[in-house]
Amino acid sequence: MFYHLGRYVLFLIRVIGRPQKHRVFFTQIVREIDKLGINSLGIVVIISAFMGAVVTLQTAYNIDMPFIPRYTIGLAARDSILLEFSSTIVCLILAGKVGSNIASEIGTMRVTEQIDAIDIMGINSAGYLVLPKVVAMVFITPILVLISMGIGIAGGYMSGSLSGEVSPAEYIYGIQYAFRPFYIVYSLIKAVVFAFIISSVSAYWGYYTSGGALEVGRASTRAVVTSSIIILLFNLLLTQLLLA
Amino acid sequence: MIEVINLSKSFDGKKILKDVSTVFNKGQTNLIIGKSGSGKTVLLKSIVGLHTIEKGDVVYNGNSFVSMGSNEVRLLRQDMGMLFQGSALFDSSTVEENVRFPLDMLTNSSMEERRDRANFCLDRVNLTNVNHLYPSEISGGMQKRVAIARAIALNPKYLFCDEPNSGLDPKTSIVIDELIRELTQEYNMTTIINTHDMNSVMGIGDKIVFINGGVKQWEGSKEDIFNVENEALEDFIFASELFREVRAFNRKK
Ligand SMILES: Nc1ncnc2c1ncn2[C@@H]1O[C@H](COP(=O)(O)OP(=O)(O)O)[C@@H](O)[C@H]1O
Ligand SMILES: [Mg+2]
Repeated sequence: MFYHLGRYVLFLIRVIGRPQKHRVFFTQIVREIDKLGINSLGIVVIISAFMGAVVTLQTAYNIDMPFIPRYTIGLAARDSILLEFSSTIVCLILAGKVGSNIASEIGTMRVTEQIDAIDIMGINSAGYLVLPKVVAMVFITPILVLISMGIGIAGGYMSGSLSGEVSPAEYIYGIQYAFRPFYIVYSLIKAVVFAFIISSVSAYWGYYTSGGALEVGRASTRAVVTSSIIILLFNLLLTQLLLA
Repeated sequence: MIEVINLSKSFDGKKILKDVSTVFNKGQTNLIIGKSGSGKTVLLKSIVGLHTIEKGDVVYNGNSFVSMGSNEVRLLRQDMGMLFQGSALFDSSTVEENVRFPLDMLTNSSMEERRDRANFCLDRVNLTNVNHLYPSEISGGMQKRVAIARAIALNPKYLFCDEPNSGLDPKTSIVIDELIRELTQEYNMTTIINTHDMNSVMGIGDKIVFINGGVKQWEGSKEDIFNVENEALEDFIFASELFREVRAFNRKK
């Protein structure tokens, strides 16, 4: 484990060392934002809508007591979505989708000697391949998280009113009640950190693949598992730091 | 000229290359031959520095590789072109983008100039009208040509080829071999080619280095290769039925 940690740090130093031509770099960032971010929009929307709906219903069934006002449902749903679901859950999903994509793409380039082909030209292959992905993810993930918050809250509104558990007026009153904007900031900070973890850890596993197709598959699995675990650890850490 | 001096390399404690020394000359097609697993790829990748040099040195036109700083290595690399065993083309880029890649990344010329240079190189390897195809849409022989075009895009002084014929039919193999030889002479490059193909040895072997089990066992020209008393080398040469028959025929005369 310390071996991987050390090699990961050296890898990060190579990723940020010696930047390429700006022209090439910006084209790549745009391409990665499209490939990694915009392409994940569909799954983020679906997950968030269902998550918001379920959270609202569960809260409604759990606080089915006469002396607790119904708007509490909207408030509780809002806080779970803003604090936890839209950042941590969405980023765990992205770790699966984007992480495996990055690891298998870079891993395939490694085993087919495409990375050697870049290195032999005197180009910093780690920087060229990885930096645009990290920058793109750090930029687009907070936006995805914001979208997820909106969709999640809308999902709760839909399920609450369709099931009749909480009326639209109560729900809307609830989501505005004692609203703390810092919760959004907190989630966006987490999104940035998680995006960095997903892209850099997955790229690390892909970059150091050796062998063939089987090893590429293994790298991709490792990328998802390790980045998910690191996300959970950092979630705990950031919660302590930012909310306590 | 490239001099290899006592080069050794091991992986996980297992010695793969043992004290290999030799010299590769300019304007010649230098061949490294040996059976699969003998260490040809490891030798070639150590020469170019894709594997870190563990012991020994490689001297490029008088400059020692191990004593170079990272900036010098980077500059040296811009004089190197390499053809990889599986072509190693970027599969999400078109043929033209592949050839333009080193130009895009390393030169300050305009798009127009870069495109012209890419087309010139593609022309030179006899490829036309494939600019907008992807590597998966062209044949293995064409992929090798694209890879050669990419390797020569920056006018390298040194050209390295790892099994340029692997996966090609015999006729296409000869075409690729001849192309590499022509380019070597035309641009006066120092070219090193890994191969296990005796047809290449006879066709373009200006200088031949035979390695077996990571040890250099013989070096010389294709004229001498049949007169060598080395069991491993004989095994290698006469693995093919054709060469056995040629030998039998010659002995009868
Ligand atoms: N990266 C590596 N790690 C460990 N062993 C390797 C590595 N690369 C090559 N080898 C071993 O080195 C030996 C020589 O391989 P190679 O140079 O590819 O042979 P050749 O190119 O002559 O067919 C083989 O036994 C191979 O398993
Ligand atoms: Mg080989």
